[in-house]
Amino acid sequence: MGSITLEHVNKSFGTHQVIPDVNLTIEDGDFVVFVGPSGCGKSTLLRLIAGLEDTSSGRILLDGQDMTDAGPAKRGLAMVFQSYALYPHMNVYNNIAFPLKMAKLDKATIDAKVKDAARILNLTEYLERKPRQLSGGQRQRVAIGRAIVREPIAFLFDEPLSNLDAALRVNMRLEISELHQQLKTTMVYVTHDQVEAMTMADKIVVLNAGRVEQFGTPMELYRTPANRFVAGFIGSPRMNFVDGAEATKYGVHAIGVRPEHITLSTTEGAWAGEVGVAEHLGSDTFLHVTCGPLGTLTVRAEGEKPLSHGDKVWLTPQPGRIYRFDKDGRTLAAA
Amino acid sequence: MARAQSNRRIAVMTIIGWTIGILMFFPIFWTAVAAFKTESDAYTLPQNFLTTPWTLENFAIVQERSDYVRYVVNTTLIVVLSTALALALAVPAAWSLAFTPVEKPTSRLSGRAWLAIMLGASGACFIVLYVNGWKVSNFFVGFGLLMLVVIPATIWVWTRNTPGTLLWMLSTKMMPPAGALIPIYLIFNRNGLVFADWGIVDLREFNLMDSLWGMVLLMTLLNLPIFIWMLFSYFKEIPVAILEAARMDGASLWNELFRVLMPMALPGIVSTCLLNIILTWNEAFWSLNLTNKNAAPLSFFISEYSSPEGQFWAKLSAASIMAITPILVIGWFSQRQLVRGLTFGAVK
Repeated sequence: MGSITLEHVNKSFGTHQVIPDVNLTIEDGDFVVFVGPSGCGKSTLLRLIAGLEDTSSGRILLDGQDMTDAGPAKRGLAMVFQSYALYPHMNVYNNIAFPLKMAKLDKATIDAKVKDAARILNLTEYLERKPRQLSGGQRQRVAIGRAIVREPIAFLFDEPLSNLDAALRVNMRLEISELHQQLKTTMVYVTHDQVEAMTMADKIVVLNAGRVEQFGTPMELYRTPANRFVAGFIGSPRMNFVDGAEATKYGVHAIGVRPEHITLSTTEGAWAGEVGVAEHLGSDTFLHVTCGPLGTLTVRAEGEKPLSHGDKVWLTPQPGRIYRFDKDGRTLAAA
Repeated sequence: MARAQSNRRIAVMTIIGWTIGILMFFPIFWTAVAAFKTESDAYTLPQNFLTTPWTLENFAIVQERSDYVRYVVNTTLIVVLSTALALALAVPAAWSLAFTPVEKPTSRLSGRAWLAIMLGASGACFIVLYVNGWKVSNFFVGFGLLMLVVIPATIWVWTRNTPGTLLWMLSTKMMPPAGALIPIYLIFNRNGLVFADWGIVDLREFNLMDSLWGMVLLMTLLNLPIFIWMLFSYFKEIPVAILEAARMDGASLWNELFRVLMPMALPGIVSTCLLNIILTWNEAFWSLNLTNKNAAPLSFFISEYSSPEGQFWAKLSAASIMAITPILVIGWFSQRQLVRGLTFGAVK
């Protein structure tokens, strides 16, 4: 079991309120990702769940039990830190064994569990090494190993991949997802990278200035963003926003269209424009098109498009895929 | 051409370097030589140490006249106990300063208000003492006056932010020790400010003058600020996430300190202890003033041979050599550790 419930959780540092009144229920076995721009309070929220920070008010329930005032060790959670936070003076074996030693398990049990974790994570041949003799990816696996031997009720990941290079990041992303399939334990994962959020999460919590903007599955957030912030944050390249006269035509303050929901033509269309920058990725072409009073819009065209700076193009938003936002940024029914 | 010039430069620099080195080493060299000469030879000028006979008699006389072993034992006890005590106090202090820093003073009173409070408290004490003719024989009046000054001062220190606390600690090392001699003498002394007959309790027999515990306590308190400062700067280098990981892993505070923090900061802790050992071993000012028999350390032992009857150069030298040899040996064997520890942050 590993459900996590936050009830009216507040956190202030001095007079500065970082988390204003968060309510959230994470079901047992879910992979939940907290995503948001830097400084949005996602790490603080994770640290509140971990018990590394005290809540200013509100309750945190783990498996229905009030753990608001329990120390981090008492909560039965395991955490993987951004900097790995391995113990530099211990070898890999002792790093992984440390939580078990703290739990005062007998030597044979510790040995079996450590070797088991090492096998799962392909660390068996590195058990005698010190952390400084390992690569970034191996260190990350040791940190995960240290977390899984505890058999926690939930795993907490604090931006675990941000210190890795791009290729390794994709690999580790898969490994963590596979680990979740294997263990079926609740995982809470903090990242600022919306691609990580979309690819790994069962459910995503989008945070902005400490507030939960939306909580739902990746596809819910993609299809029906609750507001302009979520619409802009989820999806890559980000959604195009148009306000002013064009938005008034739709009877709203602003409209939004995703780059992949715009039809590109070199002959006709709703909005005329001129290509500013063309990004050719092979599988896709991203065009940044200057459309007069509408501003610069990003278009995603499938495959290779022989367009470059200065070319005239016409853009047409796909009907039914135009998001409408009111003055406060709330999403209205789609047009 | 350029090479010849640079070779000449190196030669000149080498000569200057050696000259300065020899000049600086000369007093120690002279001491070492004088220790092995007879008293009259050591005195005679011009000194010719090559032709005069070498002797060990000074060491024998010094050992006979004053019990060298007793001084070594005293010094060792003071050094070891005060270092251990300072370490026990400094580790938790530096840990809390380094990992849970307080950014703003927690008291809302301004510095001026605090100054007024403390001047007021001192003024009140002054008036009470003046009215009583500078004598307090009632225990409760004495204790009350003490608290009148101590309590606001404690609250002030308690409510400082971390940089303020650190600066306050360092500031205690800025005052010349001679300035604190009289108060500390009066505190230590029998029939002084503390160890007097207070009527309800007679503390005279517990005085700290010339006692090992008094010296241990004093040395601990003298070196504690430097101890905390050094440990603080070593602890600062350790990422707080590692301690948080230990907390998540179920480590108690004890395990967090002893199995994670201290092993990681070991080079720093060892060099801090070594520095403290050297400072305490060589300490003379307080030892000379506050001990004379029971608790006298090696610095007192040396001074015995500089007496009103005259300077006994050879014996003074022998005593000096005997006093500094142990610490020199410790220093020699730990020099690599010391340098590594002291440059820990700078080269990382």
